[in-house]
Amino acid sequence: MSAHAKKSRPWSLSRGAVNGALVLVTLHTLLPLGWLLTAAAKNTPDLLGGNTLSLSNFHLTDNLHALATADGGIYFRWYLNSLLYAGGGALLCAFICVCAGYAFEVYTFRGQEKLFGLVLVGVLIPTTALALPMYLLASRIGIVNTFWAVFIPSLVFPFGVYLSRIFVSGYVPAEVLEAARMDGAGELRTFWSIGLRMVTPGFVTVFLFQFTAIWNNFFLPLVMLSNSKLFPVSLGLYSWNAQTRSFPEFYPLVVTGSLLAVLPLVVAFVALQRHWKAGLTAGSVK
Amino acid sequence: MLQSPPAAPPRGITVSSRAATVKRRGRYGAPAVLIAPFLILFTAAMLIPIGYAVYLSLFTERHSGLGFGEAETIFTGLGNYTRALGDAAFRGGFLTIAQYCLLYIPVMVGLSLTVALLLDSALARAKRFFQLALFLPHAVPGIIAALVWTYLYTPGISPVLDALGSAGAQLDVLGHPLPAVVNMAVWEWTGYNMIIFFAALQAVPREVLEAALVDGAGALRTAFSIKIPLIRTSITMVGLFTLIGSLQLFTEPMILRGAAPGVTTTWTPNMYAYTAAFERNDYGLAAAASVLLALAAALLSFIVTRATRARSVRRKEAAR
Repeated sequence: MSAHAKKSRPWSLSRGAVNGALVLVTLHTLLPLGWLLTAAAKNTPDLLGGNTLSLSNFHLTDNLHALATADGGIYFRWYLNSLLYAGGGALLCAFICVCAGYAFEVYTFRGQEKLFGLVLVGVLIPTTALALPMYLLASRIGIVNTFWAVFIPSLVFPFGVYLSRIFVSGYVPAEVLEAARMDGAGELRTFWSIGLRMVTPGFVTVFLFQFTAIWNNFFLPLVMLSNSKLFPVSLGLYSWNAQTRSFPEFYPLVVTGSLLAVLPLVVAFVALQRHWKAGLTAGSVK
Repeated sequence: MLQSPPAAPPRGITVSSRAATVKRRGRYGAPAVLIAPFLILFTAAMLIPIGYAVYLSLFTERHSGLGFGEAETIFTGLGNYTRALGDAAFRGGFLTIAQYCLLYIPVMVGLSLTVALLLDSALARAKRFFQLALFLPHAVPGIIAALVWTYLYTPGISPVLDALGSAGAQLDVLGHPLPAVVNMAVWEWTGYNMIIFFAALQAVPREVLEAALVDGAGALRTAFSIKIPLIRTSITMVGLFTLIGSLQLFTEPMILRGAAPGVTTTWTPNMYAYTAAFERNDYGLAAAASVLLALAAALLSFIVTRATRARSVRRKEAAR
């Protein structure tokens, strides 16, 4: 900016004010996470006494030990379940989405745009409004309270198909596919060896979106599962939290368990910044 | 698509158009194989549940005489719908959502847009740090966010309320569930939508901004007259998805309910449907409530997209 512009700039837009405002918003964001971090190391009296922001009275190892032994060590079983639901589900889901997105972008077939329109309608259907009908249906066919009742619905991600189509159009040049065909590769072979490899950034993005969605999902498992051995972490922590009224010793378990449940996602998001930013941009701006 | 394949293109015209390559192949096999898994799952986990919900919503179970013996399933037509719509608790749920949206959407969209504009300005430092920090809540499961905030709202446990209290400001957060839930949602979504706005702002052509600068427009004037109008599509999209998300409000009030007595079991339409199904075993009513909720979402998104399309058409015509 020129010196002239600097002079006429209103006070509210000084460097200090801009960065000060950003710091303020960021503080609001980081406060609960900071509280979670310090509270996870507190025992019940300190937690309920409000002494959570101090760094003294460090009980993290006790809490971790309690977490590992409570209810016969069920917490880590929940953790494993979450990894299975979210990891396996998102991996399969991303593959299914990329297949469909590739087909929508690369081929022309009858009813194509109508079908794609249906996918877009699917994006707009509230998933929680679907969870209850899904439960009623699942109880009719007898898969309520099984692994599949939570796993199968998490494979369906219409927004992922939409994203994949955009990624294929950006990352897979038609000329390359044509060259593969000239060399005599079949359509599926071309998809597997060339299309899928070139659209890897899109695959990772869809995986990340769906992994977060499944890991964070609460309503579907709440509706579908009653066997606590099948719970994901979110539902398990909910069931423990419901007991804190009568048993305050569950408070540190819930808090420390929450911290451990948040960590893998935070690590994933910090490590994969490029991908989720690309995904958000592709999905919402174009 | 059934015409015979076109003759080989004349020299000098590239075959890069995808439609052309596939027409020449003229095969349905590969696309069918690639789309089938998605379509099968989409049908099984979206279309059929919707159909089944509509079907269930038309029936009700009645226990004969003394309540013993098999329950009878009776066709009631739109009976469940009139029952849901006639229930003040169900209508109250939509009223809660309406109030929630009136408070939440302007605050969240305004805040994320402001932060995005600040980050887009030449004055901001450490842009990547702020972006990452503000995005982090998206990595926190909704239930955990709700748990942590509920603790932070509870007098005695919350260091924030204690600090405010010792400064002489008593804040009864749990007595006001609506702003309490809005704050949780603002926390969870501001950073996410800020990234979307920021990316859109980065795409604004620099020449346009330079031209504005040359014409003597200040930063505020540029933001309001150029940047915001140019990213209107993003703002509409965010607004639309936020609206649809708001209709589904469930997790946060469900957690807060344990600490805030103001949150009833039918506080939002989703909670109403959940209560109808699992506490009253009234599946017909629960299905009707779910269908009405989905319809409301569809209707809202239709109105919003329609309105914005009409506006952009009008703008184009005005520009002519």
